[in-house]
Formats: sequence, C-alpha cells, structure tokens
Amino acid sequence: MPMVTIAGKEIELDEEGFLTNLADWSRDVADYMAAEEKVEMTDAHWEVIDFLREYYDEYQIAPAVRVLTKAIGKKLGPDKGNNKYLYELFPYGPAKQACKIGGLPKPTGCI
Amino acid sequence: MSDDMDMEDGGTIKKFMFVNRKAPYGTIYALEALEVVLISAAFEQDVSMAFVDDGVYQLMKGINSEGTELKNFSKTYRALDGYDIEKLYVEQESLEARGLTEDDLLVDVTVMSAAELAATMAEQDVVISH
Repeated sequence: MPMVTIAGKEIELDEEGFLTNLADWSRDVADYMAAEEKVEMTDAHWEVIDFLREYYDEYQIAPAVRVLTKAIGKKLGPDKGNNKYLYELFPYGPAKQACKIGGLPKPTGCI
Repeated sequence: MSDDMDMEDGGTIKKFMFVNRKAPYGTIYALEALEVVLISAAFEQDVSMAFVDDGVYQLMKGINSEGTELKNFSKTYRALDGYDIEKLYVEQESLEARGLTEDDLLVDVTVMSAAELAATMAEQDVVISH
C-alpha cells in the first residue's frame, strides 16, 4: 500500500488514494487529497465535506451521489442539492471526490 | 450532466425481496446483505427487506459491536430511508420468540405474521436470502 507523508505524519492510502485508516483524517490530509484531485478548496467545498462527514458519523456509510444530492438539498437548500452545483465543486463526481477529500471510504452504492 | 445519473428508461421494474435470517455480528451475511441492498437501490427496482429468525436482531437498538473488531453498522439501517428503501418487514413470530417488540427496533418497520410474510414473499419476482 502506498504511504505518503502529510504534515509530518506517515499515512497509508489504498490503491485508489482513499485513506486506509479513517482516523488518519485531518484538515491537512483534506488539503493534500484536494491537491491530488486538483480541487481548489473553498468554503463551498468545505460545506459539502463537513456535510459528508456528519452523514458518515450518523449512518456509518458514505452515501451514493443520488442520496447525497437529496440529503444536501434537504439540509442546505435546493440551490445546493443539485447535480450542477455539486459537479461544479467536484467535477470528477461529488460523492467519490468529496469522500476522498473528506477521508471517507468509497461511497456505498456507487456503480 | 444530470442525465449521467439516471438509469436507462424502459427497463422493467421487478420486485426484489432480501431475506435476512442471521444475527448481525457472528457472520458477514448481515453486512453483506445491507451493502447489496444499498447498491441495488441505484437500479431503481421495487426493493424490500424481510427480517426473520435471528435476522430480527439486525434491527435491534443498542447493539455494541466493540470487541468484535467489526464496524457497528446498526446505524446504517437508518440510512435505508434516504435510499428510498422503505419496505422493511419483520416477522412477528420471530420477534415474539426473542422477547422483542417493535419498540426495540431502530427503524420503522411493518410487523407481519409468518403467513402474511409468506404471501408477500410469493408476490416477489426475486427473493434473495442471506
């Protein structure tokens, strides 16, 4: 498994670049993952990341993109709970990219 | 862009029932079944889950998985609603045999007798048992 050093800490990733150990996550790790994904983090990105981490905490899974979109719409309003908004933030798939940056496993129900 | 996420039109919707008969943490069956159900939601089929025998323990409140070295996936059953999987059937006889009632369960379910469940099962196109 690939190891990377982030903010002075050795961290193990899986072959797709997701964290092996979810407890390794920190804001520094998120910034590293975002740079790897070529995503420039803004407050709007963090809002989605924070939402995803809360979702994971509550349900112990990373949601499929359809479920994420619906849940965000419910909590943050329809102008954010739609594919256009989320794909603008995370062009290579909001569930997959945001989960990686947020230190969560690959979404369940992603096909 | 949004069309990417839609499944192809024109497919037939089938009735799928996933039957859970095993306690949650002794084997991998319960977790595997739950993941299969969550994935199946993407195909927009008519999905239901049935909990019978020790399978009713999967929905029991207050399970602590520490010491099993398994992730506590009890909370994940509460995510089913968000995946539009709302048909959760629990067999009454199995609950009663274990001294449980609907109040002991994590999520809203439909409790039915073995006979009612058998009839519901007979209506399915596909029944998958774990």
